[in-house]
Amino acid sequence: MKILVLIKQTPDTEAKIRLSSDNKTIEQGDVKFIINPYDEFAIEEALKLKEKLGAGEVVIASFGGDSAKELIVKGLAMGGDRGLLISSAGLEGTDSLGIAKVLANAIKEEKADLVFCGKQAIDDDNMHVGTMTAEILGWPHVNVVTKFELTGTTARVEREIEGGQVEVYDVTLPAIFGAHKALNTPRYASLPGIMKAKKKPFDIKTPADIKVDVGSLKAKSIITGYKYPPEKPKGKVFAGEPVEAMVDKVVKLLREEAKII
Amino acid sequence: MKVLVFIEQRDGKIKSSAHEALTVGTKLAGSPDNLAAVLIGSGAAALAPQLAGWGANIIFTADSADLALYNIQSYANGVDAAIKAFTPDVVLGVASPMGRDLFPRLAARFDASILTDLTSIEASGSGITGTKPMYSGKCIADVASAGAKITFATVRQNVFPANKAGSGTATSTPVTAAAGDGKIRTIEIRKGKSAKPDLTEASVIISGGRAMGNSDNFKILTECADVIGATVGASRAAVDSGYASHDMQVGQTGKTVNPNLYIACGISGSIQHMAGMRTSKVIVAVNTDKDAPIFGIASYGIVGDLFQVVPLLTARFKALLK
Repeated sequence: MKILVLIKQTPDTEAKIRLSSDNKTIEQGDVKFIINPYDEFAIEEALKLKEKLGAGEVVIASFGGDSAKELIVKGLAMGGDRGLLISSAGLEGTDSLGIAKVLANAIKEEKADLVFCGKQAIDDDNMHVGTMTAEILGWPHVNVVTKFELTGTTARVEREIEGGQVEVYDVTLPAIFGAHKALNTPRYASLPGIMKAKKKPFDIKTPADIKVDVGSLKAKSIITGYKYPPEKPKGKVFAGEPVEAMVDKVVKLLREEAKII
Repeated sequence: MKVLVFIEQRDGKIKSSAHEALTVGTKLAGSPDNLAAVLIGSGAAALAPQLAGWGANIIFTADSADLALYNIQSYANGVDAAIKAFTPDVVLGVASPMGRDLFPRLAARFDASILTDLTSIEASGSGITGTKPMYSGKCIADVASAGAKITFATVRQNVFPANKAGSGTATSTPVTAAAGDGKIRTIEIRKGKSAKPDLTEASVIISGGRAMGNSDNFKILTECADVIGATVGASRAAVDSGYASHDMQVGQTGKTVNPNLYIACGISGSIQHMAGMRTSKVIVAVNTDKDAPIFGIASYGIVGDLFQVVPLLTARFKALLK
């Protein structure tokens, strides 16, 4: 079974986001990039599945710039078998649908049986690409997956929705699954894993190499600018008084100033 | 512009957030003839009259016993049928788990523009412009549809008011939600343990952090929550320490919440936690550390021990709300 894992590089969760002076872009200067945290759950689930089946190949794939290469290698260090970078050079302005079109072609070219990705990327927080890619391929998808079990070519998966409710699906492969946090605990790369990763097969392809009609990638959903969230007015913080007095003050403010209780 | 609003129902109940979407749709459409809605599920036709006065003259309904449980394929086919019948410029919904599942699939199907989780939205020609939080709320992006025939848009829950338009006859018009290819079958939808609204829908939240010490201590938060109708949340530190379950986690790898009131107890306020709750309208922080970052975004703060403060808060709230 060939399992493809789609990963994306995102700024570290601790990163401060700074806007360019014209507010048109986000400064990438000293931002540290990581594998999108949800994608690590996707990698782990792929590795677990391959171990359970005792055979197969796990391909770690990304659509991105040169800097994504290093993160794919991290996925290989965790245990992936092969890296695949689809170069986004010249296509940085495309939207989630454009990216899905590229990835759908990559999946077709790779003849993958099963695809894992993260449920969303923590940069744009869109939750678009996995689902769109499945639609383009005519495949089923389940996003926000918290439990995955494969029997033959049918996966029994659970998806978390609101109010602690859980949707339970049977899905016939091939399909795309978006991993959520509760799915597993991602492993750390071992030292031998890190050493081996550098020697594992790694392909870099352009969208044209995988037969993407580049003309179809023009963005229909665009970002015209950024701003910082409005500053919260300075709050009223009470300290050093008897607890009862402080509680009374806050309750009074909630009642009379915020008018919320 | 012509606007089609997707109305979400579960278990025969229209979600309150659907009224928020209808209010936005009414404004974008400008007239009840330009606004339609689509409602899918077993019993949908009988539910449609409940939408009278919410701005739409036509409610497309896909109603059959097979649609009792949500399934991405049949529900997408139902919205697809309504789109073909009404030919809207904009298809509008809510960034709920169902909306986040359906809209990207439909946008790909129609080779369309898609703008989701919007916190403001305006008509612009036959498309829309709006804003959406990115990087977990660390910045706001101005977004727009560009050159697509249809724009799919979802609004963030709890951001827009729900105001009845007073117009709209809500006449049910049947459409067919064709069954899918059977490659994804909904087996069941298991109920949650709590009758409280989900964190993402809650208007009041009280959350505990690592300082809670153990899972039993969350009882004091539950007691307070019961008095003020709050849902209980937790920080990642509390979840990772095993004090609270993962579905209670607020923050970057948990849930992004947007309540009217957020009470943070024993939560220092990591960047990841604040990313998930900073848009709360009023924030109350209780922490023993006066330098805790959470006080930087709090509307009101008490530097003190949550085990003393929370029971007192509960008692005061109880007296007020009696």
